[in-house]
Amino acid sequence: MPVVTSGWYMTLAAILFVLGMTGVLIRRNALVMFMCVELMLNAVNLTFVAAGRAAGVLDGQVAVFFVLVVAAAEVVVGLAIIVAIFRRRETASVDELAALRG
Amino acid sequence: MIELPTEALWLVIALPLGGSLLLHFVGRWLGEPRAGYLTCAASLAAFGVAAVAAVPFLTGEGHPSQSLLWEWMPAVGASFEIVWDPLSALMTLVVTGVGSLIHIYSLGYMHGDPRFHRFFAYLNLFTASMLTLVLAGNYAMLFVGWELVGLCSYLLISFWFTRPSAAAAGKKAFVVNRIGDFGFLIALMLIFSSFGTLSYSGVFDRAGDELTGSAATLIGLMLAAGAIGKSAQIPLYVWLPDAMEGPTPVSALIHAATMVTAGVYVIARSAPIFELAPAASGVVAAVGALTALWAATIALGQSDIKRVLAYSTISQLGYMFLAVGATAYVAGVFHLMTHAFFKALLFLGAGSVIHAMGGRQDMEEMGGLRKAMPVTFLTMGIGVVAIAGFPPLAGFWSKDEILGVVFNQGGFFTVLWLVGLVTALLTAFYMIRQFVMVFLGRPRWPEGVIPHESPRSMTVPLAVLAVLSVLGGLVNTPFRLGLEHFLEPSFKGVKLGHPAEGVVSILVLAAVAVGAGAVGAAMAFFAYHRPPEAWRRFQAAFGKVWGWWEDGYRVDDIYGTILVSPGRRLAEQAAFRLDLDVVDGAVNGVARLVRAAGTMIRPAQSGLIRQYGLWFGLGLVALLAWLLVRGGV
Repeated sequence: MPVVTSGWYMTLAAILFVLGMTGVLIRRNALVMFMCVELMLNAVNLTFVAAGRAAGVLDGQVAVFFVLVVAAAEVVVGLAIIVAIFRRRETASVDELAALRG
Repeated sequence: MIELPTEALWLVIALPLGGSLLLHFVGRWLGEPRAGYLTCAASLAAFGVAAVAAVPFLTGEGHPSQSLLWEWMPAVGASFEIVWDPLSALMTLVVTGVGSLIHIYSLGYMHGDPRFHRFFAYLNLFTASMLTLVLAGNYAMLFVGWELVGLCSYLLISFWFTRPSAAAAGKKAFVVNRIGDFGFLIALMLIFSSFGTLSYSGVFDRAGDELTGSAATLIGLMLAAGAIGKSAQIPLYVWLPDAMEGPTPVSALIHAATMVTAGVYVIARSAPIFELAPAASGVVAAVGALTALWAATIALGQSDIKRVLAYSTISQLGYMFLAVGATAYVAGVFHLMTHAFFKALLFLGAGSVIHAMGGRQDMEEMGGLRKAMPVTFLTMGIGVVAIAGFPPLAGFWSKDEILGVVFNQGGFFTVLWLVGLVTALLTAFYMIRQFVMVFLGRPRWPEGVIPHESPRSMTVPLAVLAVLSVLGGLVNTPFRLGLEHFLEPSFKGVKLGHPAEGVVSILVLAAVAVGAGAVGAAMAFFAYHRPPEAWRRFQAAFGKVWGWWEDGYRVDDIYGTILVSPGRRLAEQAAFRLDLDVVDGAVNGVARLVRAAGTMIRPAQSGLIRQYGLWFGLGLVALLAWLLVRGGV
C-alpha cells in the first residue's frame, strides 16, 4: 500500500480546484456557481491542512477556520443578493444579469 | 494748548472710513439728509484732528514723526505706518478742509438724488483713501491709497451709470490710470531691489550714498510715469476731461483739488530720489510745461462750462509738474494748495450755475447770470481772478513763484519759462472768456429755464473757498516765506530751487507775468463781451486752428485709431480665435481622445460574469506559468 504523501493531497486539491473553476466558468445558474466557488475554497483549505501537517505546525488548520468563517459570511450575503435578484427578475441566470456592461 | 499724540492720527483715516462703511450698511435707512450730515461730521472731525495735530509745526516746535498702526509685511519695510511731517500735514489739511466744504456743498447739489446716501458713502471712502495716500510712511501703503483713490474716482465718475457716456468715462479713467500705475509699480520694484525696503526713512536716508545715477534716473522716470497717469499729464491726460461726467462736487474734489495732485505729491515726497536724477526731473518739468500749454490751448475752444475747467486743471497741474521738475518742491506744493482752493471754488461755482440752469452745461446757452445768482457771480469772479494770476490773490503768488524759479534755473528752463508765460496769458484768456460768457452780456437761456441762486448749503462753501482764494497765497510771499519754513523739515537735505534774489528781478518777473495775464484777460473781455455773432467772427478769424482747439486736437480720435482699435482687435482675436480655437480646442481634444480610447476598450466590459471569470482564470494560469518558467516560488 503506497504511502500517502503531501503530493497526493496537493493533486487532489488541484483536481477539486479545477473542477470548481470549470463549474464557475460554464454554469449559468448563480446558485450552482456558488457551490462551485465553495468547492474551490475547500480545495484551497485542503492544501492548507496538508501543508500544515507536512510542516508539523497548526497554522494551516487555523487558516482553514478563517476561510470557513469568511466563506460562511460570504455565502449569506451572496445568497441574499441572489434571492433579491430572483424576486425582481424571476431568474437566477447570470448571463441575463448584464446591466453593467460597458 | 492741546497736545495730540501722533498715535491718534489713525483717527484721521478711520473717521471717514468708518462713515463710509456705516453708510454702506445703514445709508438707505438713514436716508436724506441724515446720511449727508453723518459724512460731513466725519470729514470735519478728521479735519479737526489733523488741525490740532498740525499745531506744533505751525509754532515751529514740531518734529516729523512716524507711528506704526500695524505690521503688514515688515520684511519689505511695508507696514501701515503714518508719517506726520509738514508735507503730509499740509496735504491732510487741504484734503480734509476742501473735502469738508465739498461734502457740505454736496448736501445741496445732490438733493433729491435717489442714491444720495451712496454718493456720500463714496465721497467719504475717497477721503479715507486720499488720506491713506498722503499719510503713508512707505511706498507700499502709498500704493494702497493710490489704487483706492483710483477706484473711488471710477465709482464717482460713473455715479450716474445709467448714462452710457458716464459709464464709458469711468472705464476710460480707470484704464488710462492703469497705464501710469504700471510704471509706478515698476518704480516700486526698482526701489525695493535697490534698497531692500520700501519705507521712506529707509530709502531717503540711504539714497544719497547707495543709489547710482542711472538707477535713480530709472526710478524717477517710472515714478513720473505713475504721476503722469494720476495727474493727467501728456500723454495720459485724456481721461480727465471725460471725468466731468461725474457729479460736479466730484469734479471739484477729486478731479481738481485732491486726487489729481497725488502725482505732484509723490514727486515732492520722492525729492531725495529726484535730486539724484536731474534727467528725470528735466523730463517732469518738460512734460509739465508742454501739458500746461497744450491743455490751455484746448481750454480756449471749449464751450462746455465743466470742460473748460477740466482742461484748465490739466494745465495748472502742468505748472505744478514744471515746479517740482525744476526742483522747486515748495513752489509746486504751494501751487497745489492754492489751486485746490480756487479750482474747487470754480468747479463748485460751475456746479451752482449748472444747478441753476437745470443741468445745462453749454456756455452758449448762459449769459447774464450776474443778476440771477449774485453770490455765485461774486465768488466765481474771485476764483477767476485768482487763477488768472492777478495780485494779491492766491494764484498770483504761487504761479509767480513757479515762473520765478524756472526762470532762475536758466538754460533749457528759460524755454520752459516762456511756455509758462504764454500759458499764463492763455489761462487769463479762457477764464475771462468763461466768466463773460456765463455771467455777463444778455441772457441766452433756452425757454423754460429760470435761473435762481443756489441754497445756503452751496453758497456758504463757495464763500469760504473765495476767502481762501484771496488770502491763501499770503502764506508764502517773496517777503515772507512762511510755507517754505513750514515745509523745511520735510525737505531736509534736499536742495530746493529758488527764485532769483533781489527786489528788482522779482518785480520785473512779476510784472511780466501779470502783464501777460492782463493782455489775455483784456483780449477775452473785448472779444466776448459782445453779441454771440461777434464771438463767432472772432473765432472764425483763427481759421482751422480754432477747430483743433474745439476738438482737443482730436487726440481721442488718434488714440482710438492707433491704440484702442488695435487693442480691441487683439482682444477680439484672443477671445474668439485663441480662446475658442486653441484653448478650448486643446480641452476638447483631450476629451475626444478619452472618448475614443473608451470606445475602443469598452467591449471588454461585457457584463457577462462568466467571461470575467474566464479572464480571471486565464490570468491566474499565465501567472503560474510565468512563476514556473522563472523557476522561483
